[in-house]
Amino acid sequence: MSVNIVDRRNSTKGKSSENRQRLLKRVEGQIKKALPDIVKNTNVKDLTSSKEKVNIPIKGINEPQFTYDKDTGDKKHVHPGNKEYTEGDLIKKPKGGGKGSGQGKGSNDPATTEDEFTISISREEFLDYFFSDLELPDLVKKHLNSLVDFKQKRAGYSNYGNPSRLNITKSYKNSMARRMALGMYFDKKIKDIEDKLKGNLTDDERTILEAELDKLKKMKIGVSFMEEVDLQYNNFEQVAIPVTSAVMFCVMDVSGSMGEKEKDISKRFFMLLYMFLTKQYERIELVFIRHHTSAKEVTEEEFFNSKESGGTVVISALELMAKIIRERYSENWNIYAAQASDGDVWDRSDAEDCAKILDLDILNKVQYMIYIEICRNIEGDLWNNYKVISNKRRNFEIGKINEVSEIWKVFQDFFKKKTA
Amino acid sequence: MMTKEELKKLFSKPDWTDETIIEADKVISRIAEEYLGLSTYPNQFEIITSEQMLDAYSLIGLPISYNHWKFGKDFVMNSNQYKKGRMGLAYELVINSNPCISYNMEDNTTCLMVLVLAHAAYGHNTFFKNNYLFKQWTQADSIVDYMVFAKEFVAKCEEKYGYEEVELVLDACHALMNYGVDKYKKPRKLSPSEEGERLKKKLEDDRILLNDLWRTIPKDEKEKLKEKRFPESPEENILYFIEKNSPKLRGWQREIVRIVRKTAQYFYPQGQTKVINEGCATFTHYEIINKMFDEGYLSDGFMQEFYHNHSNVIFQPGFDSKFYSGMNPYTLGFNMFQDLKRMSLNPTKEDLEWFPKIAGKGNWVENFNYIVENFKDETFVLQYLSPKVIRDMKLFEIDDKMEANYYEVSSIHNENGYKKVRESLSQSYNRSRYVPDIQVYDVDVFGDRTLTLEHTPINKRGLDSGEVKKVLPYVEYLWGFPVRIVENGKELATTKTKTSI
Repeated sequence: MSVNIVDRRNSTKGKSSENRQRLLKRVEGQIKKALPDIVKNTNVKDLTSSKEKVNIPIKGINEPQFTYDKDTGDKKHVHPGNKEYTEGDLIKKPKGGGKGSGQGKGSNDPATTEDEFTISISREEFLDYFFSDLELPDLVKKHLNSLVDFKQKRAGYSNYGNPSRLNITKSYKNSMARRMALGMYFDKKIKDIEDKLKGNLTDDERTILEAELDKLKKMKIGVSFMEEVDLQYNNFEQVAIPVTSAVMFCVMDVSGSMGEKEKDISKRFFMLLYMFLTKQYERIELVFIRHHTSAKEVTEEEFFNSKESGGTVVISALELMAKIIRERYSENWNIYAAQASDGDVWDRSDAEDCAKILDLDILNKVQYMIYIEICRNIEGDLWNNYKVISNKRRNFEIGKINEVSEIWKVFQDFFKKKTA
Repeated sequence: MMTKEELKKLFSKPDWTDETIIEADKVISRIAEEYLGLSTYPNQFEIITSEQMLDAYSLIGLPISYNHWKFGKDFVMNSNQYKKGRMGLAYELVINSNPCISYNMEDNTTCLMVLVLAHAAYGHNTFFKNNYLFKQWTQADSIVDYMVFAKEFVAKCEEKYGYEEVELVLDACHALMNYGVDKYKKPRKLSPSEEGERLKKKLEDDRILLNDLWRTIPKDEKEKLKEKRFPESPEENILYFIEKNSPKLRGWQREIVRIVRKTAQYFYPQGQTKVINEGCATFTHYEIINKMFDEGYLSDGFMQEFYHNHSNVIFQPGFDSKFYSGMNPYTLGFNMFQDLKRMSLNPTKEDLEWFPKIAGKGNWVENFNYIVENFKDETFVLQYLSPKVIRDMKLFEIDDKMEANYYEVSSIHNENGYKKVRESLSQSYNRSRYVPDIQVYDVDVFGDRTLTLEHTPINKRGLDSGEVKKVLPYVEYLWGFPVRIVENGKELATTKTKTSI
């Protein structure tokens, strides 16, 4: 019997994907545990670049079996490739258990250990784990559908339009109707004249009628195949769809007192917040404001990469933020803000001004604002002033981060699902 | 019909087409039948990608199986290894089914395709069809259908009882998979439809009948029964015992136990026939390809590539090499079959002394098929490992005594050592070397229904207590009542006191 060849290459891909999902569920706890380490060790770009897969080390999910204790028993092994040994030779056992029983297992790579392996998950899966227990506070406060986007929708036909939307069937039908209608009109006239010609006519009359007939026949042929009035175009309408949309303000102190470490921590915190918001909103605009003695709106690139130094006037940044909100995001926007600083202020009045502008202006407009103070042990003026506001306003929270490893915890504290 | 020259040209092209395989199969099937006297299942030769090969790996060589995280884990681990370049993939993977399905990698060259065709589609195929263990314990005709049934059944259970519940049962069964095989009884053969009928009837019976074991029994008889142990003689198939006797398992759980048990049984022969099965397949491809060359179907270039691949397959690093990871079953099996052919045709004095029934008799083909039909690794080595192979492979025996702080080289490849090396190597293929002997010893029928397992140590080898503590809760879950394990009358562990879990 001849061999039956089956080309499977194009069928049943990802046979193991269901089993992989089960594995993921199985190690969910471990993946969640690994998250703080990932925030700590991965740089921001890797975390947020959309194509990267995330590798998570998994420690043995073992499948227990009744097995022998390797250190017990009298065993005999046969090995190949004897070169020098002869009967009765003694070989000292290496300390610490020896080589165990490598026997019988066969061709498995010795590098494969049961205990540890890594599992790669896609970015979406990663984000799901990442933010699974967190939620945005006060999401209902503003109308979620306040922002409107438009979508094209089919809406019948129109007499005007651009050629790409020409509806050929419809236009052809019109053309046929018109040609038939006009044709009948001429046919009728031609018939009339032909009937007249059959009667008794003078030569003059006959000539005139014949000329008329000729003209009508020509006109009948001249009915054009397609006229502009025939043309029909598919019509589209703009339909409004509600879309939730948000803007996120990132405010960072880049004065001389902010070192690389402090900036790194703030960066990571901003990225986390951004990633978190992307999960909730389809569209998020980002506004980056950095400040030392004066504040400036910058691009993302500049925000994270450029170096600045100088003194610190915090109020300048908040004033700029208030201004931008007034000008660009005054209505129907979900506004989030995060401010990172080492807590340095120019003088006490700066801190008081900051608290005032928050309380009177900004916090009335934003959904939620976070202030993080980095690497500061003593509680400075800014912290103390903000604390008063934070106690007073529900949409303002403050937190302290000293080490990269603490970011995740602080972040979780901000957004932990509040069980009602 | 293509002429020999045309075929030679076809087989010399680096890239293959369906035509190449069909033409090669014509030649190979003729040689396999006429020259080697093989009888095989019809072949289903499937072309797959590396990703699909990884899929096949994780299902341990079944075309289909129920869903479980364990397979996902194997898949992830294998593909990590593969992507890091630490592991090559096999050229083929063959399934003990009728028709015999072989998975073959798309990027194999023509030479490799011809090689795997001979190796898997004829070598392994003939072994599956004719070996006594496979004939007795597996049903090549129905395994694929059975696994389809199993997958559907498990999926239905997941829908009905939740996947966590089902996973727990499967986890528990997998922990006992090595103890889900019959070694001596003959299993009943059921077709998938009969299987469905049986299941329906069984579920109905379970509903109506109370398990005999737990029925209230009149007092005087009870006293009499108390003296009897249950089970009367120890039961080595723990999963079978649980399926039939567990007081608490529900119908569907019992069925899942049965599915795992049947799967284990299907793989039972494979674990015991690595050397002889691979030896058979390697010897087959070697003989067939050489015969094709002799008959003028293959070019010198083809043969060069073939020998390169063949010698990779039978590469055996010495014990002191960093590549050493135990005995290569391909090498040992191939060498043994080769040597049997040699002594059948050109015997030495030694051969005549050691193998008087084979040496010089010239019937190596008949002999080869006889061995394929009637032996497993343990017996194959014990019966047929010749002094020449022991010398060629420089085999030696190490005595590793628990109390000693040295290893003793107890036998080497010399007159004194041949028999001892042979016996020792044969023993290393005994299943008890890697699966401890644990059996159901007793159930406390009139007490708290504790299940007692007994471990019988061989050569003073003890159990890994950490693993025992992890397995026992699974057994308890299946049994529904406490479980303990004893060794030489001493209790090793129990689930009675919760601290031990």
